[in-house]
Order: sequence, then C-alpha cells, then structure tokens
Amino acid sequence: MNNTINMLLVGVGGQGTILASRIIASVAQSRGMSVKLSEVHGMAQRGGSVVTYLRMGEKIFSPLIEKGQADIILAFEQLEAWRSLPFLKEEGTVVVNSQVIYPVPVILGDKKYPPEILSRLKKNTSRVLEVDAPALAQKAGNDRTVNVALLGVLAREMEFDKEDWEKALENIIPEKVLEPNLKAFQYGYGEG
Amino acid sequence: MEKELLSGNEAIARGAFEYGVKVAAAYPGTPSTEILENIAKYQGIYAQWSSNEKVALEVGIGASLAGSRVLVAMKHVGVNVAADPLLTLAYTGVNGGLVLVSADDPGMHSSQNEQDNRRYGKFAKIPVLEPADSQEAKDFVGVALEISEEFDTPVILRTTTRVAHSLTQVSLDDPGEFPLKEYQKNPEKYVMIPAYARVRHEHLEEKLLKLKEYGENSSLNFIEWGEKRDKGVITSGICYQYVKEALPQVSCLKLGMSHPLPESLIREFARGVEELYVAEELDPYLEEEISSLGIKVKGKELLPLTGEITAGMIQEKIGGEKTFNPLQLKDYTPGEIPPRPPVMCPGCPHRGVFLILNRLKLVVTGDIGCYTLGCLPPLEAMDTCVCMGASIGAALGMEKANPHLQGKVVAVIGDSTFFHSGLTGTLDIAYNLGSSTLIVLDNRTTAMTGHQDHPGTGRTLMGEPSKAADIPTIVKALGIERVKVVDPLDLEKVEEVVKEETGSSQSSVIVFQKPCALQEKERGEALSVDEEECAYCTFCLDLGCPALINDYQEEKVRINSLVCNGCSLCQQVCDCGAIRKAGDKGE
Repeated sequence: MNNTINMLLVGVGGQGTILASRIIASVAQSRGMSVKLSEVHGMAQRGGSVVTYLRMGEKIFSPLIEKGQADIILAFEQLEAWRSLPFLKEEGTVVVNSQVIYPVPVILGDKKYPPEILSRLKKNTSRVLEVDAPALAQKAGNDRTVNVALLGVLAREMEFDKEDWEKALENIIPEKVLEPNLKAFQYGYGEG
Repeated sequence: MEKELLSGNEAIARGAFEYGVKVAAAYPGTPSTEILENIAKYQGIYAQWSSNEKVALEVGIGASLAGSRVLVAMKHVGVNVAADPLLTLAYTGVNGGLVLVSADDPGMHSSQNEQDNRRYGKFAKIPVLEPADSQEAKDFVGVALEISEEFDTPVILRTTTRVAHSLTQVSLDDPGEFPLKEYQKNPEKYVMIPAYARVRHEHLEEKLLKLKEYGENSSLNFIEWGEKRDKGVITSGICYQYVKEALPQVSCLKLGMSHPLPESLIREFARGVEELYVAEELDPYLEEEISSLGIKVKGKELLPLTGEITAGMIQEKIGGEKTFNPLQLKDYTPGEIPPRPPVMCPGCPHRGVFLILNRLKLVVTGDIGCYTLGCLPPLEAMDTCVCMGASIGAALGMEKANPHLQGKVVAVIGDSTFFHSGLTGTLDIAYNLGSSTLIVLDNRTTAMTGHQDHPGTGRTLMGEPSKAADIPTIVKALGIERVKVVDPLDLEKVEEVVKEETGSSQSSVIVFQKPCALQEKERGEALSVDEEECAYCTFCLDLGCPALINDYQEEKVRINSLVCNGCSLCQQVCDCGAIRKAGDKGE
C-alpha cells in the first residue's frame, strides 16, 4: 500500500474544508483510485477546529490517518496547520493559507496566538507552501472561493491532470458560482 | 456497475430506497441526521421528522403493521427515548420489515455520553447488525429488512460516527419490488395485555434461538484466515477496518451480526488460532459474551473502554510493534497551542441571553443544542446539561429542594428540544405549583444538527407547508399564565424581562424569538470600532464573539468585518460608545 496518499484537511468550522475534500476525492475517483474520506459533523462545526481525513490509493481500510502518516496537510488557517503538524510524515508537504483566525481563548486574552508559525513550519519540513488565499479569492471576485484557491495550489503538488481537477470542479460546484471558483483555482495553480 | 462515494448515512438512505422502504421517520441527531435528509430526496418514500425518537418509532410500528417496509433513525441516546416502544415491539414483532438505525458516537464528537447500543440487542432481545463501511451500510439495510420479515422482529442497524460520516465507495443498484403486505387484525400478536404478552415472550425466546442459528450460517459473519494463525482477532463494525489496516496478515473473524452471536463459528475460530483477541470500541460487549462461552480472550486489558480506538493502538497492543514513525518535531510545544473550542456564531441570538444570565448570577439548568455552548467561557451561564428536556424538571427539582434557590433558577431550552421533550416538564411545573422561569431560545430551527424543520417551523421534511406550533399558545394551554415573547438582541429588554419573571412567585415562560443567524438570508451590515474612542473597556469581549479581535498589545478591540454580522450586541455593551455601523458617524 505504498502508493496510498494520506491527506489531512484542517481548518475552522465554516471555512469550506468539507467541499474541498469532496473535490479532491472526486478527482482521485476519476483516476480509478479507491477513496475513503472521513469528517465530523455537529458541534465541532460551530467555529471549532475541524479535520477531514482523505485517503486515496489501491486498497484502503481505515478511513482515518494517524500521527506521522500524512503525506499532505492542506491547512485553511495557520494555527490549525501548526496544531496538526504531528500528523505529518517526514518531509511531508504542508499547503497553508496564511490567514489567521483567532480562537476565543485568544480573543479573551487567556491564551496567546503562537508567533511565527510559518517560519517554524519550515523548520520542520522543507515542503511548505504558504498562500494568501483570501487575496486570490478576492482577485477571483468572490470571497468564498478561498477553499478552491487553495486547491489550485495543491493541484500543482499532486500528479493529477489539471483537466481532471477542472472537471471535478464543474461537477461539484453549483453553476452560478462556478466561474469565480474556476478563476480562483487558476490563480492558485499559478502560485504553486 | 456505477460506484459512488457515499457517507454511511447516504448509503443507508440508498439502501432504504433499493430495498423497498416506504415509510421513514427520525428525530435529527448527530451522527444520524443525514439518513432522513437523504431518504427525503427519493421518490416513493414517505419521510418525516418526528417530534422525538419515541414518536418516530411508534410511527414506524404503525407503518410496519400496516404492511410497509420501514426505517427509523436516531442517535444512540435517541434509542433511550424510543426504548419503551422498542422493548415491547420485540414481543409483538412486525408485519412489514422494520429497521431501527442507532448511530453511536464513540469519542463523543457531538454527544453527551458514549453509551454502547450493542447492549440494546441483548436487552431488547433483537438482532443487531454492524456495517463496517458504506457498501455494507447499504447492503445491511436489505439484510436487516429480510431478517425482520423472516423472523418477525425489529432489527437494529448499529453504526458509529466513523461509519456514518466516512465516505467510501458504493455500487448502486435499481430498486427492487417490495409490495405492501396485507394488514391483518391480530390482537393476540399486537395488543400486549399480560395474557397475550406472556405468550409473545415465549415466542421471542424461540425466535432468538433461530436467529442464533441464522447467524452461524449467514455471510454477515465470516472468517478470514491470514498467513499466520498465532493470533486471531474477533471484531465488528469500523474496528474491522482498523484491524485490517494494522494487522493485514493476522486471521480475523468479522461479525456483521453482533447479536445474537454465532457460538459455533466463534468456537471454530478460537480453535484455529493460538491466541484470541477482541478489537472493539467502548464496552467489552463481545469480550464478555465470548468469555462466557469459556473461551480465553484478551480485549479490554489492552484496548481502552473509553473513546475511539485506532489502527495504531491495535498494531501496538495486539501486533506488538509500530511500523510508522512520527515526524521529529522541532521548536514544537503542544502546551503553547491554544484550543479552538466550538463557539456560538457571530450574530447568534443566544449569546446576549447568556450574557445577561451570567450577569444576574442565576442558576441555569440547561439542555441540548447549540446553546449548550453557553456553558463555556466567557459566558459560563449554564449549570447542568443532561439530556433532551432535562432542563425543565431539573429547575423544578432545584426550587422544591432548596428554598435559597427559589427565584434564582431558570431553565433554558431550545425550540426543537422543547417540542422533543419539553412539554411534559412544563406541564409538571404548572401542575405542581412551581415558580420556575422557563426560557425558550426559539431560533426557529433545529440548528445544531444543521437546520432541520420541526413542528414550529411550519414545514415538513418533504417540504410541504404545515401548521406551525406556537410555543406561547402551547405553554398557556399547559397552565403557565405568565408568558412573554422578547427579541433576544435587545439586551435591555432581555435583562428587564428575566429580572421580572425570576422575581415573580408564579411560574413563567419567556420565549426569546429570533431566527438562527446562519439562516438569515442576508448578513447585517458589519460594525466597526472607532479606535480613537476605544478605551479598551473590554466589555464586548465578555460576549465571546468570534468577530472580535483583541489586540492586547495596542490595547484596542477591532472587528473582523468579514465575520461580523451586525447583531450590535457589542455596541450595546460597549462602555466607550466606540462601536458603530459603518454608516453612522460618531458624535
């Protein structure tokens, strides 16, 4: 099972991690890979940390990924990238949105937001891609395309064809917001 | 054949469609909610949200007796609510097949306990099937309905969060033909007066023996002999995936039917391996049953009784080694990472109510929903949360027990929870001359589970307009005379009405009515802080709103305009008058 790709998508409830994971899974499926995807709904979604596990390969049993097993972490927020780092494999890839969202204990002043997360990520693996995804989304004309902009960056790191990604976007994203999403993907892809 | 990536819940819905379910009922609850949401999308199935799980099962009983195949779904604790009809349904049996989905939540991702509902199989004396992925989730719906009809029994289909919410590939088939069965009056079977029930209990015990025989030969249970026979693992449900992931060479007995257990098959497997293990989450259910056969087995001495288990644990505890090595972390201190607990959303109509309850130092008996988050800092205005509807009885009990608490206790319950289990408690307060104050946080939806309709929304699961139940009318009819409806975003009003009603010697109900912020079509205009005027009073931070940014270096608070929804609570509590809508000018 050496060709299995383990990917962790981490972020803050409401950021669109679930949709992003569906798009990646759809691309993998279109390539004939076996896919398992696991997420948690309910209370955690109310602005808490959210994690989606995505595994793609020939034969997958467990839908979960454990510490030290992730090939790729796709992080929608800096702190969540840092929190999930123990899941990364040695020399695994971190694609991180440079956006910062304070959790309530930081807003209240009870805790500090850890400093210099991006540079410390780079100390742990040479494969860190930081992306100003909100800027890309804005450029694409829709603030809600942050997740797809990140996928564009991710796509450059993966072996799937660009056309497969675009096809998956067309299949999954609702028609009326497809155009800005395709643009955001393109901008992300250009950044990668 | 077409293969689709479906969650366990979507697959169960597909199974209901393919295997001829005609009636489905549920009350929403994580991790079961999406089952009915998806069933409602199929033509030819009548699907409904019931006001609670007990009613859902009772609707299911009626539909089954009337001749239809039926599916009812609920989270694990919902089965407690439905346990009353369930345990007698085991006696009466069914006409059309009936499957009850129990979605358990090991690890309590979104639940108040992690009870192991496999126990309900033994307790109620009915079969339990446990799928390990979405394909099995779909297939087992069909098998469960078949067993139900063949053995005249309800069947529990027990999933856990990782089956319910994992997406795996499923082959889709066309729906089969399952015509409605004829309804036949049969009081000896369906009217459980003692004389008839005694006979039915005899039948039930006989059925269990036949079911055990069925399990011995069913393809639901199977042995996979591995390359090695020094160790063998018995497992069921999602744990099967963890065993295969961790120990691919090891022999394995997979139980798709975990009640009643196939004794001969277990004995055969135990004989074939040197050391026998059980890999199961939560209770030592299989372990106890296997031990009771006089077979030596290791389970909970190795794996935890609480929370989820992992492939890594199985590898380490049963396999004796770990094959993957974690990254050597540099400059990494876990203690430095602040937690990110879930929070009420920006603009949530519950937030201000909890701020006032906190300020008034009231004792708050709480309930189940988004608003349970009111227990967390900084609002910290909840003293109890036990189960659906418990807030109301608990408030009455407190005031009856302790005179010092009289006038200081309020019960807080959401609208959907009130319809689920609040009416009887409210009646209890009125009848027993309580003076409690009941607060209904009416956000016009079942928010926590993802905005399902309920009896108060005026719309059914299938999208038909319906009669909207009116909470003030209901509580008046139950005997509560003091009833007020107030806008929860007007803090002055909130404080005034809470003081007034807790001060009254009569029981009362306050309905704080405002739609869930996530359901408002348009977000309100964001507020902003005039930095010149912000004296860093930090009163706004007491609200715990995720749109606020505390710049403790500059000693200013800012507002994230991308997140703010303009509810204006922060403006109302600001001591400096520094917060305003973008359009407003400072004086």
